[in-house]
Amino acid sequence: MFFLSNLVNGLSLGSIYAIIALGYTMVYGIAKMLNFAHGDVIMVGAYVSFCAFQYWGLPPVVSILAAMVFCTVLGVVIEGTAYRPLRQATSLAVLITAIGMSYLLQNLALLIFKSDPKNYPAQIIGMPGISLFGGQLKISGVTLVTILANVVIMVLLTLFINRTKLGKAMRCVSEDRGAAELMGISVNRTISLTFAIGSALAAIAGVLLCSAYPIFDPYTGSMPGIKAFTAAVFGGIGSIPGAMVGGLLLGIIEILSRAYISTQLADAIVFAVLIVVLLVKPTGLLGKQIREKV
Amino acid sequence: MRAKRKKLIYNAVTFGLVIAAFLICQYMISTGQMTRSLRNQLIPICCWIVMAVSLNLVVGISGELSLGHAGFMSVGAFTGIVVSGWLLNAFQMEDVTLRLVLAMAAGGLLAGVAGVLIGIPVLRLKGDYLAIVTLAFGEIIRNVMDCVYVSVEGQGLYFGFLNNKLPGTLLLNGPNGAVGVKKIATFTAGFILIIIALVVILNLINSRSGRAIMAIRDARIAAESVGINITKYRMMAFVTSAIMAGMAGALYGLNYSTLVASKFKFDQSINVLVFVVLGGIGNTLGAVIAATALTVLPEMLRDFGQYRMLVYAVLLIVIMLTTNNPTIRTFLDRLIAPVKRLFRKKNAAELLKQTGGDAQ
Repeated sequence: MFFLSNLVNGLSLGSIYAIIALGYTMVYGIAKMLNFAHGDVIMVGAYVSFCAFQYWGLPPVVSILAAMVFCTVLGVVIEGTAYRPLRQATSLAVLITAIGMSYLLQNLALLIFKSDPKNYPAQIIGMPGISLFGGQLKISGVTLVTILANVVIMVLLTLFINRTKLGKAMRCVSEDRGAAELMGISVNRTISLTFAIGSALAAIAGVLLCSAYPIFDPYTGSMPGIKAFTAAVFGGIGSIPGAMVGGLLLGIIEILSRAYISTQLADAIVFAVLIVVLLVKPTGLLGKQIREKV
Repeated sequence: MRAKRKKLIYNAVTFGLVIAAFLICQYMISTGQMTRSLRNQLIPICCWIVMAVSLNLVVGISGELSLGHAGFMSVGAFTGIVVSGWLLNAFQMEDVTLRLVLAMAAGGLLAGVAGVLIGIPVLRLKGDYLAIVTLAFGEIIRNVMDCVYVSVEGQGLYFGFLNNKLPGTLLLNGPNGAVGVKKIATFTAGFILIIIALVVILNLINSRSGRAIMAIRDARIAAESVGINITKYRMMAFVTSAIMAGMAGALYGLNYSTLVASKFKFDQSINVLVFVVLGGIGNTLGAVIAATALTVLPEMLRDFGQYRMLVYAVLLIVIMLTTNNPTIRTFLDRLIAPVKRLFRKKNAAELLKQTGGDAQ
């Protein structure tokens, strides 16, 4: 039973990682950049939903929506002002700009909300938990919502990418930017759309993360951000099912090693597994093998 | 011939600037013109310069994005602290300079060993995958350092992993890090370390091996096809860089009385990367200047109070945008053009005067 409850917890944490990893992997697949500010968009999402619920007294669903809208706009604005002018620049220059953006978001949050940690209200995801096997296995409402949300997001996103015209445009830009442009696809608009979707997902992830681990501050987003980025690479960066698989596996490994091996070494074990996987399969679990041409 | 002279001038300027800066700082300290906060920054600045120069070897010359450089610094720092504490407690070695030198050598050595161990798997990967694995190693080092306990009793060193029941006095106390460290780092040692790092790295860059490393960066397959041993040269750059980082770490660690492993988080690796990129990737002098400027900058921005890091972030973004956006770049170049032309004319006139006889 202990194992099962840990497995469920791992699935829940893994779902959060998977949702964040989707943002990383989509942006990487389409804009070919590592968006380090993504983790901080999670934090912004958490703060906006917190304010909407706590200070302005909006209902939970509306405050989650507010966070999503705010983060979507934020993502598009970040892309437009900081990343778009560097479309032709080296990837390192874009990386440093993304890091600058990450500092900017953290410090803005620090100025507005101060550094003292806040307590995320449990009522935002006010779902009762369930107990199975005659009360032996208790699953909290947040865990259920998280796992469910992950499944719904995955299905919707897969349908969007594979069945709609915009999704097709995204796949085209990801495959060959120049050719896509020649076919009349607006590359800039497609990249903006990617950032919009990724940031909205980050907002959801922020709400879920802070509901599961209620203490949060302006630096909350950075560690889950890095872990989710690891998850994206783990599954094969650029691949959407890869992000899902990578996120879930990472979450489960983290929780299980925390429960069975050592609390202190959990992070090291997670990263060690990543290294082993990359050594065996250098492009991640579901990543495409790119052949080198002379 | 021309290129060789250019390199010579570049190296001379690099060394000249570092030495001049050191002398000016010494003069200012002796006359008491330097503020206390700046004086406390001197040794960290030296460490960050060495970190930037060594990372530049990996990122700029070898062309691999490494996001775990602080991990090597952490290995060096804790090794240095343990060695220094051990020498003092077990052998009553009071000679501060000798202890510092031995501690830094040990720090560099162990960081170099870590570099070899990490380099073997890491250098099999490419591009962003290499970046993420170095990041992972950096985090693993930090995590493992949180679980290490070291104590000294008599002449013996005792190691514990996740186990703090050790005899004698604790030098490393797991997640609480190193406590009660004797501060023995000096500015002069920092300066000498910079000079050593510059000599090693500039010589490496301008040697046969350095050219091989750059050839691998520019055209891996072409380099392989002319018989350059790719693994060997990539490893050479990676391990040299790790050794330098370890020595800088030892100096850094011995500059504070307490030190925790979380001081060398992923953020620090990123910070050093920022130095390298802002200084101009592959440009050693640029790395030195950027490391100095960006370590002093947050101190200078103290007047901005709580807006300090905000201003820093905005500056970072603005600098990246202005130096990398083609439109803004062209605009700036047009602004600078008259000044440049002035210099060029003068140079041309001088050149004509020198070679005038030959040309005719």
